Amino acid sequence: MNLTYSPAEIAFRAEVRGWMEANVPPARLPSFDASREGFEAHRAWERKLAEGRWGMVTWPETYGGRGLDLVRWLVFEEEYWRAGAPLRVNQNGIFLLGPTLMEFGTEEQKARFLPAMASGDEIWAQAWSEPQAGSDLAAVRSTARRDGDAYVLSGHKIWSSRAVFADWAFGLFRSEPGSERHRGLSLVFFPLDAPGVRVQPIAQIDGETGFAEIFLDEVRVPAFNRLGEEGQGWAISMATAGFERGLMLRSPARFQEAAKRLVALYRAHEADCPDGTRAAVMQAVMDADAYALSIYSTASRLMAGGTIGAEASTNKIFWSEMDIAMHRTALTILGARAELLAAAPAAGDAGRWLDGWFFSLAGPIYAGSNEIQKNIIAERMLGLPRG
Amino acid sequence: MDFRFADEQQMMADTVRGLLAETCRPADLRRLMGSGEARDAARWAALAALGLEGVLVPESAGGLGLSAADFVLVAEVCGWAALPEPLVENAGVALPLVAALARDRRSAAILDRALAGAVTIAVAHPANPFVADADTAGAVLCVRGGEVHLCDADAVSLVPQPSADPFRRLFTLADRPCPTTAIATVAEASAALDAALDYGALFAAAQLVGIAQRAVELAVAYAGERSQFGKPIGSYQAVKHLLATAQVKIEFARPVLYAAAAEAGHGDAFSRARISHAKLAATEAADLACRTAVQVHGAMGYSWEVDVHFFLKRALALASWWGDRRFHLDRVGRRVFDLPLGADRTFAREHDHA
Repeated sequence: MNLTYSPAEIAFRAEVRGWMEANVPPARLPSFDASREGFEAHRAWERKLAEGRWGMVTWPETYGGRGLDLVRWLVFEEEYWRAGAPLRVNQNGIFLLGPTLMEFGTEEQKARFLPAMASGDEIWAQAWSEPQAGSDLAAVRSTARRDGDAYVLSGHKIWSSRAVFADWAFGLFRSEPGSERHRGLSLVFFPLDAPGVRVQPIAQIDGETGFAEIFLDEVRVPAFNRLGEEGQGWAISMATAGFERGLMLRSPARFQEAAKRLVALYRAHEADCPDGTRAAVMQAVMDADAYALSIYSTASRLMAGGTIGAEASTNKIFWSEMDIAMHRTALTILGARAELLAAAPAAGDAGRWLDGWFFSLAGPIYAGSNEIQKNIIAERMLGLPRG
Repeated sequence: MDFRFADEQQMMADTVRGLLAETCRPADLRRLMGSGEARDAARWAALAALGLEGVLVPESAGGLGLSAADFVLVAEVCGWAALPEPLVENAGVALPLVAALARDRRSAAILDRALAGAVTIAVAHPANPFVADADTAGAVLCVRGGEVHLCDADAVSLVPQPSADPFRRLFTLADRPCPTTAIATVAEASAALDAALDYGALFAAAQLVGIAQRAVELAVAYAGERSQFGKPIGSYQAVKHLLATAQVKIEFARPVLYAAAAEAGHGDAFSRARISHAKLAATEAADLACRTAVQVHGAMGYSWEVDVHFFLKRALALASWWGDRRFHLDRVGRRVFDLPLGADRTFAREHDHA
């Protein structure tokens, strides 16, 4: 065990810090879920990152990355969040689909999709869920009918993050007529402006349109847009080999910086806080550190050739619960100002914590609800019998 | 940056686990409890034969001169087994403390005998209101009137303070001055006493993580065997989610513990806060896991017959041993409120900010 950074890692941190200080926009960008303008501002930021080759530092250079290891990815993320850089509008692409493409895509597919993903030219939405297929994802009914060298997509997807303004979506489709459950599914990409695609925004709990329904009516896409073999869609979607999913969806730096802001908030209002607030603030810092140490530990194991399994599920439960607790503590500190929207003259930084709290409530639901994650831990980590 | 243990560190822990899996089974604990003896002499001899006593004692004093990271996995295994014998307190705390203070021939001789496993040394540290295993010790280190004494066992008088944990032998020292046993003034010993507290807390945390994992293992095994409504109770989500929740607590205590061990030698405000964080997180994990194990066992969990209570009671004992929740929260508070925070400070050290 060696918990010190090498001189090369320290130099890398300095390089990232220098670039971030020179390039991170001084003012917060408008939300990418509230307006086209905000979405495009975030796309412009992705392009700027790509120009500096900071889009995805772990990706190979040929796809716009730097081919760096996971410790350097963590250092990059630490500096990214420390600098207060914008949220990644293309996270469905770069964090979820990208690693899966890297693992299962053909060379032609990688060359076609990855560079445009890394550069922000193509922003991705996910299209997993359907009205009757949420936690029970294998109940999907949308179909991909083979027609020569094309698929014809039909069906109804829902809760598709970023779909309102994004360029592309990936989703699970039933490619084998009459197949059931997780058999006969394929993972297929489709442009959101293709003929037959209708996107219907869904207002979220905070009034913004971060997700949408997608209606597909005989949407024709080339068979080239299928990832992996026909019928392999379930295995690809669940692939534990796509380990970045467990690691990259929420990097620890995000929570460490939030905990730091929480400490500052507590400092400013210390005299007015109810009993127990101090301990809750300390717990936030400890939890964020615990998550960081856990991810460093996983990163070391992966760099030595290990794999990530059900601990992706423990991560997801831990960070989503920590995120809610942290924001709940902030709202307690803010007291009567907690309900104010950011636009309220008396809001100060209250509105930002409120936005964060609303968003934190989604954490235990998306990317597989925490109840499903607990089943995975119980069955695959602890070996309890399936229900 | 590499968070992995070395193969030798893992192998040492595996050796101890193998030994304890054979000699410290719940049936062995019950046999010892029935015998009224303090120790299982054969098991203690087998542990001594592994040469673990001197693991943290400098080579110049006859030890192996290894570090906390070399012992933390062993301490975790000792918790997992609810080991009655004081291996962790001796190898992890008492012997390094005596080695740091022993200047005279007499204390050096006591240390030599302890390194050979012939005697144990009990430590009455100011952080703990009681001294553990003093009745079976060859010597007792205690602090009296500004001096640190290393007393012969027969020179102290002990008042038993029975613990709920059948294998914890706790005492207070009746005030009987030890003649000519002073080995240092408290001022001279303060750094060593502080280090002893840190190591005590660190290795208590390690045992608590081991206890937590064992409690989950016991409950998982039972939930797979016990059937209700025609199915193993472990197939029901209500039971699965209890156990998964406990396992999540363990998963996020363990890396803190390992980082605390790797950094223990820094001896600064960051490393001390990390040890305290590890102690707090491990205490919570053990508390939740043991209570969950009782719940999953149902009425059996409340019985003397099921083994869960050995782990529940050890978890309760270690929760406040080498610093209670308030003590460790205070130390974390100094790190959180007085030192720089942020994503780039995960592995910060004091000299980074000098």
